[in-house]
Amino acid sequence: MKKTNNMVVPWLLLLPATVLLAAFTHIPAVMTFINSFYRTPRGNRPARFVGMDHYSSMLSDPVFMAALKNNAIYALGTVPAAIALSMLMAVIVNSAIRGRALMRMSFFLPTVLPMIAVANIWLFFYTPGYGLIDQFLGLFGFHERNWLGDPDTVLGSLMVLAIWKEAGFFMIFYLAALQQISPTLSEAAALEGTSRWYFFRRVTFPLLMPTTLFVMINAIINSFRLIDHVIVMTRGGPDNASTLLLYYVYNVAFRFWDTAYASALTVVLLAVLALLAFVQFGVLDRKVHYK
Amino acid sequence: MSGIEIASLNKSWATFNAVQDISFTVEAGTLTVLLGPSGCGKSTTLRLIAGLESATSGAIRIGGRDVTNEPPAKRDLAMVFQSYALFPHLSVAENIVFGLKVRKVPAAERARRLQRAVDILGLSHLLDRKPSQLSGGQQQRVALGRAIVAEAPVCLMDEPLSNLDAQLRHEMRKEIRSIQKSLGMTMVYVTHDQIEAMSLADQVILMRNGRIEQKATPSELYLRPATSFAARFIGTPPMNLVELVDSAGGAVVKGTNGPALVEGKGAGLLLGVRPEEIRIASTGIVPAIVQSIDYHGADSILECLVGDQLLQVRVEGVRRHAVGDSVGLNWKPEAMHVFDRETTLRVERKVLVTADGAGEAPALRAVK
Repeated sequence: MKKTNNMVVPWLLLLPATVLLAAFTHIPAVMTFINSFYRTPRGNRPARFVGMDHYSSMLSDPVFMAALKNNAIYALGTVPAAIALSMLMAVIVNSAIRGRALMRMSFFLPTVLPMIAVANIWLFFYTPGYGLIDQFLGLFGFHERNWLGDPDTVLGSLMVLAIWKEAGFFMIFYLAALQQISPTLSEAAALEGTSRWYFFRRVTFPLLMPTTLFVMINAIINSFRLIDHVIVMTRGGPDNASTLLLYYVYNVAFRFWDTAYASALTVVLLAVLALLAFVQFGVLDRKVHYK
Repeated sequence: MSGIEIASLNKSWATFNAVQDISFTVEAGTLTVLLGPSGCGKSTTLRLIAGLESATSGAIRIGGRDVTNEPPAKRDLAMVFQSYALFPHLSVAENIVFGLKVRKVPAAERARRLQRAVDILGLSHLLDRKPSQLSGGQQQRVALGRAIVAEAPVCLMDEPLSNLDAQLRHEMRKEIRSIQKSLGMTMVYVTHDQIEAMSLADQVILMRNGRIEQKATPSELYLRPATSFAARFIGTPPMNLVELVDSAGGAVVKGTNGPALVEGKGAGLLLGVRPEEIRIASTGIVPAIVQSIDYHGADSILECLVGDQLLQVRVEGVRRHAVGDSVGLNWKPEAMHVFDRETTLRVERKVLVTADGAGEAPALRAVK
């Protein structure tokens, strides 16, 4: 009796979590992978095995290629900028200046706001003619511009918003890391006459590397994951100039109802993310000093 | 060679005076210890000398040059921190030459100084290690190495040994002293450990509540404490301080009728006698009753009741007495110190007793 109890109780305790994980994570993931090799079932026509057909057709899908390119630009543009900005903000609010608490709060505020609300606020900023940005630029004699309606500026406009939103969040991690660095290090450096920039380059920055690695991986995943603002502000347009991968997956799956092709796209998206994460860990881990 | 002069130095924060009117001189090539309980202002004084804090008033001169308003880097000094302040991501070698790189010392000169420092400290096999791969004592040596390669005439140490175990502390103490002497450094050393202070210092500056209590050589501090605080702070166990009261012939221990120990009135005075200066015999200057015995191996500490005052007496290891024994306590006249209870200051009074022949009082010579 006692022995059975020992076996059953742990499994019972694990059951709720296992059921939820399986139902909402593992089974859908496996099903997605399997579905990507079948044609989407429609009406009385059952799913048929098509092998790698979906994957090969991606290569000739102009919208997919555009989304891939847009996402690459989006990631390369937002991740380094958000990291640099968050590091700068963290260094500023970590120093003994007046109004430090207020600055910390205002830097962190974008993180607290829901993305939908943020996107709506920025819609007003970008409004041609009387939006905040055009009004400001108008002071310097610039003409009004349709920031979100022009294929040349729409992706950049979304990137600015993403950087603004992400930097405050990453600042918290950098702030925590900065406060782990002993103040005697800067005192020891001050005795030698170390300039602030030299100290940052030789001491602070290397000691922040574990945080940078963590933040970078999160930022890259986020850059492939955030689409709320695309849906609210541009719906991928004009002419797919602001279509990102996940938004395209969403469109294919839930507007065109081609779920099998969407599954294949999802598998590619996950593969890209996994590859990026492995490369980052592999390359950077050796250069990072952990305490 | 450069000495340090501190003239009426003050440091206060909004409502708190950390350092009040401190003046002292450190001769070039000597070691001065700032000693005191925690919160007495000794570390603040050191940080003021280093320039890590700015003085509210007063002057700091290093090598005759007024550096009161100079930044730390222009004061020509090195400092060893209590936490060592090693850069965790840099190797031992990089840590040691960090300051030289900042000061743009040429590579050949850097290598020469590094070699010399690691030879002195015995670190040559650890140069590529990171600080986290070193023991506490080795980290301490790296911190010392950084001070040595700076080749600054003045070296400041902020409780450098407090994170080490007792055995290592003893070894590093000797090492620091020999490095200081062989390199001719002018050193200011902060500690709360009186043994460290006594064994290292050419001059001890004892501080309390932001003020200097006494500045003296270690032996003077031990033999002629200027205040009852200094008397109690130096020595283990600390000096006995017993209350005196008036009597016909002079001052007597409170609760006794004699003999008179000190000339004049006794009320408001304290008599100080070190436990190691007292000898026990069958008869003595004052009669006492053994209250408790604390056995330490090489010696024992006996608590004896004289009148209504307790005195600690250090006797050699063997147990010769039992609790409740009536004994006599003897000491040499020069072992007696008199302090004012109110002002804590030392009072010079004529001593009325001479050592009773019955006890073998230890020879006490002023080491000047």
